[in-house]
Amino acid sequence: MMVVTVASWLCLIGGGFFCVVGALGMLRMPDFYTRMHAASVVETLGAGLILLGLLLQAGLTLVAVKLLFIGVLILVASPTATHALARAAVVRGLKPLLADQGSPPSKP
Amino acid sequence: MMFGVAAVALLVTIALALMRAALGPTIFDRAQAANTVGTVAMLLLAVLGFLNGRPEFLDLALVYGLLNLIGTIAVLKFFRRGDLGDSGLAEGPVK
Repeated sequence: MMVVTVASWLCLIGGGFFCVVGALGMLRMPDFYTRMHAASVVETLGAGLILLGLLLQAGLTLVAVKLLFIGVLILVASPTATHALARAAVVRGLKPLLADQGSPPSKP
Repeated sequence: MMFGVAAVALLVTIALALMRAALGPTIFDRAQAANTVGTVAMLLLAVLGFLNGRPEFLDLALVYGLLNLIGTIAVLKFFRRGDLGDSGLAEGPVK
């Protein structure tokens, strides 16, 4: 029981850490495509670790099945949304910031 | 206690994403931030359910996630073509 609690702590703290780091990346990155890259950290590692931590606390119940459904939904839905976002930006004519253009100073 | 820590981290994430949505120069930054806020709100619902000892909140999280995907796709389709009923078959940059 102790081991499960410690593992759950580690997963929840790690998930919270990666969520905050991804959001900081979204705030600090220089252009839209790099910000999209940073946001994917929140949806894979952050969400995955937090759901794993909750799953360890839930045990073998219906709650665990619902948590698995939420995990599968995030794993299917967030790449779909990210793909649609990048495609919409490219079709709309948004250019990525390239290295030889000189990066502007990053603003928080 | 551990759920409280995770909930605070998720709230900080939502605050930072909202800052990006307020700053974001293009409409796509705002759509990305809204999508992130939706995903994190889903996680926050799940964590709050455990925090209150009522894991029934997970059903709300599932419904919220489904609505979040549909909302993001609809907004992006609108801003890509300027028309929600567009077939999306014709490609090329929009003037």
